[in-house]
Amino acid sequence: MTDEVVIRAAGLTKRYAATLAVDHIDLEVHSAEIVGILGPNGSGKTTTILMLLGLTEPTEGRAEVAGFDPLREPLEVKRRVGYLPDSVGFYDGLSAHDNLAYTARLAGMSRGAIDERFAEALARVGLPEVGRERVGTFSRGMRQRLGLAEVLMKRPSIAILDEPTATLDPHSTQEFLGMIRALKKEGTAVLLSSHHLDQVQTVCDRVALFNQGRIALSGSVTDLAQRVLGGGHVIDIEVRGPGVRDRLAAMPGVVRVQMLGPELYRVDCARDLRPEIARLLAPSSELTGIRFAEPSLNEVYTRYFDEVRHAA
Amino acid sequence: MRRSGSPFTGAGIVLAKEAADQLSGIRMVVIEALVFLIALVLAWFSTTTIRESIGQSPFLFLRLLTMAPDPIPFSFIDTVGLVTPIIAIALGFDAINAEFNQRTLSRILAQPIYRDALLLGKFLARLLALTIALLSLWLLVLGVGFLRLGLPPSGEELVRMLGFLVATIAYGGVWLAVAFLFSILFRAPATAALAALGLWLVFSFFWSLVIKPLVATLIAGPPEDIFGPNLAYIQTSQALDRISPNTLYAEIALALLQPATRTLGPVFISQLRGALLGAPLPASQSFILVWPQLTGLIAAMILIFAVGYVVFQRQEIRA
Repeated sequence: MTDEVVIRAAGLTKRYAATLAVDHIDLEVHSAEIVGILGPNGSGKTTTILMLLGLTEPTEGRAEVAGFDPLREPLEVKRRVGYLPDSVGFYDGLSAHDNLAYTARLAGMSRGAIDERFAEALARVGLPEVGRERVGTFSRGMRQRLGLAEVLMKRPSIAILDEPTATLDPHSTQEFLGMIRALKKEGTAVLLSSHHLDQVQTVCDRVALFNQGRIALSGSVTDLAQRVLGGGHVIDIEVRGPGVRDRLAAMPGVVRVQMLGPELYRVDCARDLRPEIARLLAPSSELTGIRFAEPSLNEVYTRYFDEVRHAA
Repeated sequence: MRRSGSPFTGAGIVLAKEAADQLSGIRMVVIEALVFLIALVLAWFSTTTIRESIGQSPFLFLRLLTMAPDPIPFSFIDTVGLVTPIIAIALGFDAINAEFNQRTLSRILAQPIYRDALLLGKFLARLLALTIALLSLWLLVLGVGFLRLGLPPSGEELVRMLGFLVATIAYGGVWLAVAFLFSILFRAPATAALAALGLWLVFSFFWSLVIKPLVATLIAGPPEDIFGPNLAYIQTSQALDRISPNTLYAEIALALLQPATRTLGPVFISQLRGALLGAPLPASQSFILVWPQLTGLIAAMILIFAVGYVVFQRQEIRA
């Protein structure tokens, strides 16, 4: 990850009559970074994306995308940003080539560049044979891949992907996530909106959690876990023996003990307690494994919104 | 706030794509078939009648357009006046809402173009398709007339017919702009088509028969008073009539295709002093007569398009 900031939003706000859709958000995305934006439906994710693309005018605040103001210089922004909307639509009566050639011409590509990039992009998304087929015959997964091919053809410095895997089967999802990682390797910054938290966790460097138009939390998954789950460290222990749970719960520094399986425990602790846990359990139990657990974004998300609901 | 770049960047690309879609689509095939049928049937019957009375009028080709040939109860201009709005509405009712429904709009507008370019490109492409349909109709009638009458049209006839073609395109443009506006206002294409057809029905049938007399009576009093016809009523009634594009178009057709037409409003005896009744006006004088109507149609088309433009600029793009 370089230090170049390619997306910067400061106090970005969108109000529709009495409804505050986006409420003074601050966001930064660096080049070659994948940032996930999460949140329930209606929390302001898509409105934020539309403001960054210059498709919706902010009520307040400023944004800078690829060094340009989306409000005053939307054409410059759109030249540098590839956008894949959720449930991407194509002209069903046209072939894949004609659909993508149309948007490529709008993006200012020459005929020669279109043909070259089209073949390359289709090969990358795993659709090398269907260029001349009508999009009306495509499955939803193929349409989604074609949408990504359109983004790739543009060779953007920023890719904004809105729910890109929502309609994909598990195998295609994994392939799609691989393509997103490849974008990052090429130096493209990716802003990824998704409800699939496990997928976000596997590809994103950072996440921003939207709630009621605000960014409630942002940072790496580990950062968020520390802030939301309370424990500084999460340790998984594989152990066989009597009274393990009670002994772990009684240890100073342990916040919470969960049983994930018959011989698998997860311990949230304020600090790294692995040596103390090993010393405690080894004499009377059969300790087969002790390691840091990857905090689950799903757990962070669920816990955060549970707390919000309880607070309300 | 000033935006960088031309608002029309990409309009040509949109126009080319949309025109190709329109001209190669099944809709255009149906429209062209309709045009072919109308032109052939009306020109055939009209020329049959005219051949029997050749030499009675110096404007044979204009008669071809204005007469209702036996056994058909309506003329070519009646038919064109009826069919043109339907063709225009058929071309425009799903121009924008289809983009929403196919979820292509955000993809297209994420490319480096403004909404202005998309809207203008789409409108001009449809206007081009409409022009091609009407030009085909015009050429077919001219061709059949030439073949069946054995005479070419005179220069003046050609000029008057060309003026009529331009007026028909402007008239179609008004209904295209109406259909376009409804395609922006309503997400369901069927609703947009129904609304446009409904408005056309209002202006075609109810405006002159019901709405105009009622409103004119309310404004200017009854049509007749103790001295005879009420002039204020006649003038109000005509002003109201001219809100309808159908009236403007009918007046243009009348003045251009019937050269003896000297006025399109109420005529006083004093105005007829020295006039040779039935003598044709030169084409230039007929054009002066219809100039307000012609510019009115073009202005209405631009105005309705501008309303659609403003509405579209304010719409939320989420599809």
